[in-house]
Amino acid sequence: MHTFEFIRPTDSAAAIAAAAQSKTAQQGADVRFMGGGTTLIDLMKLNVETPARVLDINRLPLDKIELMPDGGLKIGATVRNSDLAYDARVQRDYVVLSQAILNGASAQVRNMATVAGNLLQRTRCMYFRDTAMPCNKREPGSGCPAITGSNRTLAILGASEHCIATNPSDMCVAMAALEVKIHVQGPKGPRAIAFGDFHLLPGSTPHRETVLDPGDLITHVTLPPPIAGSKQLYLKLRDRASYEFALASAAVVLTITSGKITRARIALGGVGTKPWRSPEAEVALTNKAANDAIFRQAAEAALQGAKPQSENGFKIELAKRCLTHALRTAATS
Amino acid sequence: MEDDKIGSPQPSRRRFLLTTGTTLAASVLAAHTPGQVLAHETETASSGDASAVEGAIAITLRINGKDHQLRIDPRTTLLDCIRESVALTGTKKGCDHGQCGACTVHVNGKRVLSCLNLALMNDGNKITTIEGLGTPEAMHPMQAAFVACDGYQCGYCTSGQIMSAVALLKEPCGPDDAAVKELMSGNICRCGAYANIVAAIQQVRKRA
Repeated sequence: MHTFEFIRPTDSAAAIAAAAQSKTAQQGADVRFMGGGTTLIDLMKLNVETPARVLDINRLPLDKIELMPDGGLKIGATVRNSDLAYDARVQRDYVVLSQAILNGASAQVRNMATVAGNLLQRTRCMYFRDTAMPCNKREPGSGCPAITGSNRTLAILGASEHCIATNPSDMCVAMAALEVKIHVQGPKGPRAIAFGDFHLLPGSTPHRETVLDPGDLITHVTLPPPIAGSKQLYLKLRDRASYEFALASAAVVLTITSGKITRARIALGGVGTKPWRSPEAEVALTNKAANDAIFRQAAEAALQGAKPQSENGFKIELAKRCLTHALRTAATS
Repeated sequence: MEDDKIGSPQPSRRRFLLTTGTTLAASVLAAHTPGQVLAHETETASSGDASAVEGAIAITLRINGKDHQLRIDPRTTLLDCIRESVALTGTKKGCDHGQCGACTVHVNGKRVLSCLNLALMNDGNKITTIEGLGTPEAMHPMQAAFVACDGYQCGYCTSGQIMSAVALLKEPCGPDDAAVKELMSGNICRCGAYANIVAAIQQVRKRA
């Protein structure tokens, strides 16, 4: 691990001013916010991240879950994943989020990892994590050995000729389906970012993963008011029963009235280069009867643009069955 | 359990390893630089505390109810600090990347991975390691259950397993074995003592 200056800012303004000195907020940032550390310390040990300054934001007052006037929830950036997953309001009104978080990592990691850190969770692509290998995300222009190499777990949606790394987060998949807003305080003031606009596709700049600029501090996220009677489910398929990243996962939020789907929000995990909201599946479901044929049609629509890599063609059918099963289970719950 | 009592009259495997490590280092140095052995011995004995390191930062860590005033390199993980600076070697280093759970300790009553945590982030926090849980004479009920149920083979993952298991008692966990297995999935056991670990945890939960 490279050495660094450890700073504990006294307030958000000091944290933002210190982080604004960084040349980038993306891969290779020379100033990093430290939340739980579960991603950053891991990558610092591997010398994938080498910040010169680490800003400990754990003592800033960003750790509350609060009810908002509109009935939604405001979740502070440093709320721990376990505290969010076990919050009674989340378990009652946004159960898909609770399920997604509890399907991720282990109890110890969930006690440490923060909401903002999970939004910024990095890929598990082995080439990204190994500094002996080329990687366009880590070293722009060096190449992507995953495309001709070991890519069984990598992306089938949203990949480019420069990067096929999967976004590993479970929490983000549920947040995509719940249409969460991400609130950022930056050198130019505060702004809110729609969840779908936050993560970037790799394109020709896979080292840019989000729209964050130097000094941008995620302060909280907001959940929209609960949708009465909605049926929610997170289903995750993986190589072992627990403590493993998804090969395919689905977050579904459905409103069904008299057997007809009146509202559908669908997102997939483990298959995309970013948390993968599927408007195609939502269109295929909306104002249709809630039955197996429609569910399968929605799954076909969601994976229509999928492109397999050499080792992960199986993920296309796996993701279709994952979404179909999630829809069936949610609809009959 | 006071693990660091090197001066204890009772021989133990752990004490043997700790003392021979220091002695060996000293004797190797003695062979090459006989005139400086004392200085090197001192250095060897305090090699865990990084006071000599440039940029070391002063910190007070409260571990098992006792304050430790340390000067550490900012890179020091909580795990390395506990083992090397405070010499509490019951907490184990397995993968060092948050994948095995051997380094599990409690911070403010919650189980965390000490390998993915900087020591500096923990000033003011209450840290509990396996040494703070019980003593050989008065074991924590979970320690006693692991012994009774034979919840280990080589023992390397055991302190992490027990720290996880004790924290689990206060977490939302369903009554059945499947729920216990899910919440214990962050602790890997290469010997495969899982069935007996689950039995030990269930024994404690049923008696609680």
